[in-house]
Amino acid sequence: MHLAHYLGLLHKAQERLGDAFTEVGEAHREEPDVFHTCQKLATQCRGHAEKLAPFARRYAEDAPAEPDRLHSELFSGTRSGGLGLLRDLQDLYLMAAECDISWTVIGQAAYGARDEELLAVVKSCEQETAIQLKWLRTRMKQAAPQALVVAE
Amino acid sequence: MVDRIADPWGPRTPYGPGERWPVRVDSFLADGHTEADVQRWVPSASILHSNGDAMDIAVVDDRIVGVRGRPGDRINNGRVDPKDLYGWQANHSPDRLRRPLVREGGRLVETDWDTAMGRIVARSKELRDGPGGWGHFGFYTSGQLFLEEYYTLGVIGKAGLGTPHMDGNTRLCTATAAAALKASFGTDGQPGSYTDVDHCDAIALWGHNVAETQTVLWMRMLDRRRGPNPPAMLAVDPRATPVAREADVHLALRNGTNMALLNGLLRELIHRGWYDEEYVRAHTLGFEKLCEVVEDYPVAKVAEICDLPARDIERAAELLGGSERLLSTVLQGFYQSNQATAASCQVNNIHLIRGMLGRPGAGLYQMNGQPTAQNNRECGADGDLPGLRNWENEEHVAELAKLWNVEVDTIPHWSPPTHAMQIFRYAEQGSIKLLWISATNPAVSLPDLARIRRILAQPELFVVVQDLFLTETAELADVVLPAATWGEKTGTFTSVDRTVHISDKAVEPPGEARPDLDIFLDYARRMDFRDSDGNPLITWTGPEEVFEAWKECSRGRPCDYTAITYERLRSGGIQWPCTDEQPDGTERLYTDAVFNTDPDYCESYGHDLATGAENLPEEYKAKQPGGRAFLHAVAYQPSPEVPSDDYPLLLTTGRTVYQFHTRTKTGRATQLVHAAPESWVELNPADADKLGVGEGDLVRVESPRGAVRGRARICGVRPGVVFVPFHYGYWDAADGAAPGQGRHDRAANELTITAWDPVSKQPIFKVAAVRVVKEADSGGRPSPAPTVGGSAPLAGADIPATVGGPAAEAPSRGE
Repeated sequence: MHLAHYLGLLHKAQERLGDAFTEVGEAHREEPDVFHTCQKLATQCRGHAEKLAPFARRYAEDAPAEPDRLHSELFSGTRSGGLGLLRDLQDLYLMAAECDISWTVIGQAAYGARDEELLAVVKSCEQETAIQLKWLRTRMKQAAPQALVVAE
Repeated sequence: MVDRIADPWGPRTPYGPGERWPVRVDSFLADGHTEADVQRWVPSASILHSNGDAMDIAVVDDRIVGVRGRPGDRINNGRVDPKDLYGWQANHSPDRLRRPLVREGGRLVETDWDTAMGRIVARSKELRDGPGGWGHFGFYTSGQLFLEEYYTLGVIGKAGLGTPHMDGNTRLCTATAAAALKASFGTDGQPGSYTDVDHCDAIALWGHNVAETQTVLWMRMLDRRRGPNPPAMLAVDPRATPVAREADVHLALRNGTNMALLNGLLRELIHRGWYDEEYVRAHTLGFEKLCEVVEDYPVAKVAEICDLPARDIERAAELLGGSERLLSTVLQGFYQSNQATAASCQVNNIHLIRGMLGRPGAGLYQMNGQPTAQNNRECGADGDLPGLRNWENEEHVAELAKLWNVEVDTIPHWSPPTHAMQIFRYAEQGSIKLLWISATNPAVSLPDLARIRRILAQPELFVVVQDLFLTETAELADVVLPAATWGEKTGTFTSVDRTVHISDKAVEPPGEARPDLDIFLDYARRMDFRDSDGNPLITWTGPEEVFEAWKECSRGRPCDYTAITYERLRSGGIQWPCTDEQPDGTERLYTDAVFNTDPDYCESYGHDLATGAENLPEEYKAKQPGGRAFLHAVAYQPSPEVPSDDYPLLLTTGRTVYQFHTRTKTGRATQLVHAAPESWVELNPADADKLGVGEGDLVRVESPRGAVRGRARICGVRPGVVFVPFHYGYWDAADGAAPGQGRHDRAANELTITAWDPVSKQPIFKVAAVRVVKEADSGGRPSPAPTVGGSAPLAGADIPATVGGPAAEAPSRGE
């Protein structure tokens, strides 16, 4: 059963997203809403990773060796200024999107594995990831015209 | 005669449920004048708070000499708030601005209107040309201008320049009211009416010190409390305010925990079956999710989070659950606090699950703080589109484009409206280059003032200030425009309960001061804004013409003004919507429990209340609200700043009954100045003991952002909490330090944090971490804090009472 690999993928992706939320928030402390919301969402991501951990361990027992190139690197540090904020939020958006689709994939697997517990975790966490995506979209929409057309 | 400084609420006129509130006419005429020698009485309403009290201005020899309440008005039945009784005297203040000022070599010097406007227009044209020119303009208005002025400025900004950077200080006072109403009911606008006080059997005051903020509404509540079958009363406030002292149940919760309390109360109501199952099923969406979220808030847990006795929370739930006609009122204790919109929506939830809307006594006031805040929201000089339109609804934007005859995409609907804190951030970063501030004083009223002063003083930022006096903000401006005020110009405005009043011009403004409307029209003419056919964008020249234009803009929307005229308003206030079908106005909304949530009609497609993430239009439509209201549910989360070892106490800020805003006017009326001359610091006796502080001692309050000094008042504020009034700036500071230089240790907002609610974007003024240090002994002198109101000393403290004496005597007569 390959489920463990996808659980590992999402676990790692949630941890990385949590760290990236923290880093982006810190880098843009002067945008208080970004700072405070990123802090909150970082905690949320770490919570997701924690909830996944026991399932990853359990399914690892039946898993074959991890395939190559399973994990991808989407974030390599923050930028500064208005344009930098926009770009950083875009990185977060792509990382959250990776988590979002992974929840869908794992949700399907949970049905296949008849794993009610895992399904419950997926259902609660995927909603929060969806709202993270929506918040990032909202905040980028707000920032884009001024950052791209007005600021020097 | 009543000394309305010593007794701000005046004599009681008790009445019973369902009876008409008795008339009591309050008046005050200065300089030995009597009603017999008044030559003209000019209709107006209060401009120093949001209650909407109607009054007439007394004129002798083209000079205002006093005011008298209007006995026939539906809101006040003749009563007048002490701020209004005395505050008009500021109109005559010798330091009124009489000529425009411009900055020359670092100093503001007098000039003529052509020069001042010429500079603004030259800079505007320079900034407008080129891509993104719209983005260099920011407008920051007020909750104190008239509807006609907001509408005109809204058209200039949204259709002339096409900028989304327009907001008001309404963001600081009332944004959460609007956000909560939109989120629950689909559009802005109060469901209830002030007459609900006459019918209710329980009143819940959620973070609302109504006794000091809207004294006439409090008089109405007190008169019910002194009459037969009085309503029960619940107060939620960390301070021992007059409301808390009057209430049957007072929950002095820890600041920043409103959401936990409301979740707990809703859980109790649901568990005990104190809700209207049929109403919930037929008229709301989201009940299951609400039950799920509040389930996590049993009383014991809430008691812990809020630091309240569990029994008191149960008593509050019993009071709410046992009522048949519940009236709720919400204000800054919720709006300026942590999770503002979510907590305010929870109050809406109580009314929705109990079916407590749309009938006499079952009312809800998501209050405003300022007198014309409602109009700013309705007319679009802030982060809303005129006529409570939805900026994400293409049809709504197209209606405006047709009305104004401009291209749809000129109207900035392609990104969310820019809220005030973001406007200042863009100014800080340099992309907003012209900031026009009218009738407000951000250098005292915004959070983290050191930062605000830095922003306003940036040489690259061109700051225009339009006001009555050289305020702390005007001192930092590049151009200062002298404005006319209440009594010197004509316009209309709308109270919390949707009552529209007219305020007519009574006298000429001083010197060359001009009505704000004339200033905006002059700018439009000089900028030569044109519509799609090349005709002038703004076609009106005076207030009544604007009002007629506004009526067309409001047609078919919830705030429909089409059957209101200036002439009708001169004989009394009218509640919108007022149409040919409802020519006398509308007392209560949602009497049929059909809410404004239809996707084609609603003002917003909603947000996630925890993050502020916007719902997509398709998502909203998929919910198929069909006129049902939304029950929102969110978990409690701690405020962004909580006490630490370094800053162990919680700061909260607020008002006194004697002052308004940053005292621009009330600080220039003798009786009000004497009643509350100086800032102060409220401490609980337990905290004061630990700090070695006694009554009247000079203390320093420090936060990570700054420090203020004031004399301590030992009183009934909750342990662990420090209160500082927010009115006091620097223009009359005792050490004479001018704004922009010298000491800045007086304004409460030196301490407050730059953080805001994710949905309403209202700053969190009520929760900041501070420490208190004693600096000097009192020398036997008590704190200058009033002995009336929330700063009243503890029983037995030997402190002279706040009185006004003969200068404050005002007649009150029954009819």
